[in-house]
Amino acid sequence: MGEALIEIKGVTHAYQTATGPLPVLDDLSLVVPEGDFCAVVGPSGCGKSTLTRLIAGLMKPDRGEVWLHGERVTSPRKTVGMAFQNPVLLEWRSILQNVILPLEIVAPSMPRRDRIARAEELLSLVGLDGFEGKRPSELSGGMRQRASLCRAIVHKPDVLIMDEPFGALDAFTREDLWQTMHDLRMKEPFTALLITHDLRESVFLADEVVVLSGRPATAQYVLKVGLPQDRTLDVLYEPRAVDMLHILRDQIRIAQGRAPQEGAA
Amino acid sequence: MSLRKVAVPAIAMVVVLVLWELLVWVQGWPNYKMASPSDLWPAFWKFRWLFLEYGWQTLWRTVAGLSLAVVFGVGLGMVMGFSRTMRDALYPLLVGFNAIPKATVVPIIALMFVGQHDMNTVLIAFLISFFPIAVSVSIGLSTLEPEYRDILRSLGASKLTIFWKIALPKTLPEFFGALKVAVTLAFIGTNLMEIVEPHGKGLGHLFDSGKISADYPLMFAVLIALAFLGIVLFYVVVFLERIFAGWAEREAT
Ligand SMILES: Nc1ncnc2c1ncn2[C@@H]1O[C@H](COP(=O)(O)OP(=O)(O)OP(=O)(O)O)[C@@H](O)[C@H]1O
Ligand SMILES: [Mg+2]
Repeated sequence: MGEALIEIKGVTHAYQTATGPLPVLDDLSLVVPEGDFCAVVGPSGCGKSTLTRLIAGLMKPDRGEVWLHGERVTSPRKTVGMAFQNPVLLEWRSILQNVILPLEIVAPSMPRRDRIARAEELLSLVGLDGFEGKRPSELSGGMRQRASLCRAIVHKPDVLIMDEPFGALDAFTREDLWQTMHDLRMKEPFTALLITHDLRESVFLADEVVVLSGRPATAQYVLKVGLPQDRTLDVLYEPRAVDMLHILRDQIRIAQGRAPQEGAA
Repeated sequence: MSLRKVAVPAIAMVVVLVLWELLVWVQGWPNYKMASPSDLWPAFWKFRWLFLEYGWQTLWRTVAGLSLAVVFGVGLGMVMGFSRTMRDALYPLLVGFNAIPKATVVPIIALMFVGQHDMNTVLIAFLISFFPIAVSVSIGLSTLEPEYRDILRSLGASKLTIFWKIALPKTLPEFFGALKVAVTLAFIGTNLMEIVEPHGKGLGHLFDSGKISADYPLMFAVLIALAFLGIVLFYVVVFLERIFAGWAEREAT
């Protein structure tokens, strides 16, 4: 485990709306060490997407600071990769051309052949070989999300920020993609921040799970997962994982302003 | 292109012509009421050189006006698409301008620049056709989902890069939809001006001379020629759309 890669220091943010300021984040602090996978869960509308936009430098916080790699974030950086709930693939480009897109911005001088090789390598890693020339509309939702993940990491970002990337997928496809995520991480390590609504997903994928409180959000609870790096889905049925899921569920209930469930432990 | 694709519309056209001929023949209409297709060919032949010359004039003026409309409309659409303030400022003005029936603008322009026939005609074709282009581009740009922008913005891409790589191609289907409307409008504009202006040129003028000399078959022949040109212009746009925005076309299932 390396030094801190993502550092969020006392971030407070409010949106200006027609009915006045809407406080969304309140003195939120969070540290993700290099190489770690951090999952963030919290009640709906508590400010998770806002957090990702602040880390990516797409917005500036009202107060507090965001640091990446020991540098203060004030604007977007080329070393970030992003994936969203909606795969947002460009319909006029083939899958391969979609994956190459970030390279056109980040590495304009990279030879075409190398770009293609890089994209093909990733696509085959997520099981999309043979689909390079297809249009996004010819792929299933799960396949599109795989392509979107490839695009997010094609330029070897330091940080991968994902905002509910598996949220719209059915349960089986989702579990497949968790496995894909794992495989990708084994092949090329990256630091990740994953927003999710799925507690099992957070426990399976992450090294630590941060529970945010209700809006305005602050870090309410941090769970160190401590499962071995090389996991399979079976781990979720082991008692220690089940215990963790219970703890997280109680924390979510607290965040939602409800009492933890009786008899849960 | 399959035989079917050519044959079906061709047969339909022949059927319509035959019905038209029959109708005129059965009703015994004289030429000044309704010319029949068999009268048209002599009219075409008699004025064949004029048809070519004037047809060309109508064509290039329409295309010139439309090109101006594309440049101006896309520029205006970009300004309105990217800036909320500009959109709020310009939209009512544009709607107001578009609400004015263009037939009333034609004589005004004709009087404003007397004798500048080419310019007047191109100007009216432009004025009448830039509106749908500007609106479609501005709507296309302003409704671009923020996530599309964010994939590139999060990498530090400039606004211009985002425009070229995302916003522009994403707006192309809407743009071509509007261009199909605009090409028809520009064509109408050209003809309005050609008909109204004295001593003009172009097919509109030929139509007017037909009217003055009570040469009804000539008037109908001009109508057919105009329809033909209109079809050609429209399908040129469809062809360009296939090339540049063909991805937006879904396979029929
Ligand atoms: N651009 C904006 N302007 C004004 N208010 C906004 C804006 N974006 C988000 N909000 C508000 O801020 C709050 C937090 O939004 P955010 O999208 O960060 O929540 P979230 O935790 O990602 O929600 P979800 O779990 O549903 O995705 C919400 O109440 C939302 O209505
Ligand atoms: Mg969200």
